[in-house]
Amino acid sequence: MKGKSSKGAQERKLTFLIITIPVVALFFCFNTLPLIRGFIYSFTNFKGYGSYDWVGLRNYRDLIGDSRVGNSYLFTFKYALVGTILTNVISLVLALGLNSKIRAKSALRGIYFIPNVLGGLVIGYIFSFIFTYVLPTLAQRAGIESLSSSMLSSTGKAWIAIVIVGCWQAIAMNTIIYISGLQTVPEDVYEAGSLDGVTGWKKFRYLTFPLIIPFFSINMVLCMKNFLMVFDQIMALTKGGPSQSTESISYLIYNNGMSGGQFGFQSANAFVFFVVIVAISVFQMTVTNRKEEQL
Amino acid sequence: MTQTTAMARTAAAARKRDKTHYNWPITILLIVGCVTIFFPLYMAVVIAFKQPSEMTNDIAGALALPTHWSLSNFAEAMRVTDFWHSLGNSFLITAVTVVLAIVLHGLAGYAIGRSMKSSKVYNFLYLYIVSGMFVPFAILMMPLVKQTAQMGIANRIGVIVLYTVFYMPLNLMLYKGYLTNIPLALEEAARVDGATTWKTYWSIVFPIMKPMHATVAVLTAMSTWNDVMTPLVIMSGTGVNTLPLAQLNFQTEFGTNYNLAFASYLLALIPILIFYLFCQKQILNGVVNGAVK
Repeated sequence: MKGKSSKGAQERKLTFLIITIPVVALFFCFNTLPLIRGFIYSFTNFKGYGSYDWVGLRNYRDLIGDSRVGNSYLFTFKYALVGTILTNVISLVLALGLNSKIRAKSALRGIYFIPNVLGGLVIGYIFSFIFTYVLPTLAQRAGIESLSSSMLSSTGKAWIAIVIVGCWQAIAMNTIIYISGLQTVPEDVYEAGSLDGVTGWKKFRYLTFPLIIPFFSINMVLCMKNFLMVFDQIMALTKGGPSQSTESISYLIYNNGMSGGQFGFQSANAFVFFVVIVAISVFQMTVTNRKEEQL
Repeated sequence: MTQTTAMARTAAAARKRDKTHYNWPITILLIVGCVTIFFPLYMAVVIAFKQPSEMTNDIAGALALPTHWSLSNFAEAMRVTDFWHSLGNSFLITAVTVVLAIVLHGLAGYAIGRSMKSSKVYNFLYLYIVSGMFVPFAILMMPLVKQTAQMGIANRIGVIVLYTVFYMPLNLMLYKGYLTNIPLALEEAARVDGATTWKTYWSIVFPIMKPMHATVAVLTAMSTWNDVMTPLVIMSGTGVNTLPLAQLNFQTEFGTNYNLAFASYLLALIPILIFYLFCQKQILNGVVNGAVK
């Protein structure tokens, strides 16, 4: 009996091994290996074709002084920060509304989720038309001087247009997560609160919000990460312009690394970007974990 | 007599409470807010059905209903963007990726998840794969273009392989998390009956994980269907398009013919909208599960 069971355990172990090895090998081959290769390329002056030389840390030194790279970081962070805050505020308000006692609740929830299922590129193209033709025409009618020309062709305003499109899509996702968070708040918490006369903003601040902090942190992390990696919207709306004012980090790596002959240099940029993403995610998670523990 | 009036009063009060049950101001605000969702879609529909001659320079040119609804833009858009081929490619890539995700990631979730308690190696492998979630595509992109070209898979196969790898961290985490709540008793009973681990998985564990398969399928399908970047860098120059990629590659052919362009955009949006219409519940569940778990 004992012999049989240990034989069974061995068979189980072997089967698990046979499953795991190819899966891990596949993951290594198409995730870790290119990561390592990218890291190695970052120490070369590889153009993407032909021969190349080792240049040591020169790419990394050049990154610091490169104004185009610096601008792309500035733009990406400005975009991600403003986008994350706007998205979270609006979707929290929206979720509170969609979670209250309203008519046609499920239909409304369904409608507000639509932007999330649509592809970013095509949505970008549709909004591009709105910013280029519809909005300026409306502004001219209304006599609003600052909006009477296309937002997308102004270096100062193009990023706002991208924030609007990014939020339009991201709000859908965050709202649904907040709604599922609000549904975890037990009704008797509110009942106890109303006995103490807690209403309105106070009710939200001291009763609702502390209870949905886990969902708040999920949304912050997901939202920030997605915004930092913005690509489709840039591709559809501005292609990094006007005069490189809306070049996101992903777009710059794609544009200059793939066709601009900066394979090695952009590999260094990509590696720094990777470290930044990891650092931000780890930071956000430790901060929110600590907050949750305090509760 | 007094009793009946009292009863009538409570009934009236109950009815009154029922009537005020709904929060109408918020309902109305939310309905009005739907304009922000529908306006871009309405505009796309209206423009797609118009002729270029109707696109006057004032606001009506963009937003008024067409004088007569014509499908000619759609026919032309289908021809210009090679719609059926792009649609077929998107379907093929998405379907194969979803099947591979359910089969491979499910198996991996089972093998790794069930071994983690007793083995440090599997624990490490789990963390190793899951941490892949933090690797942005931007850093893998350039080396992967070289690698897929060298391996001769700079085509649809390569894109499918890459998706299978990219979604592995999340899906593995989802399957592993789901399995921790499933007791081992069933599997042990099967083993006592002499079933192999492989057979046990397919006949017992795989069916139990059905809700998670739905979540994985929805998340994988939506990310795959809408993704532009991977096919853009891997399949560029092959002449093979996915549905979103076709919109990008034919921008120049649309020129200033917005009617044609919007017909094409609508055609690109319709499949996923139909999918959403029919699987709304699964999609919403899947998205919430994927984010919260």
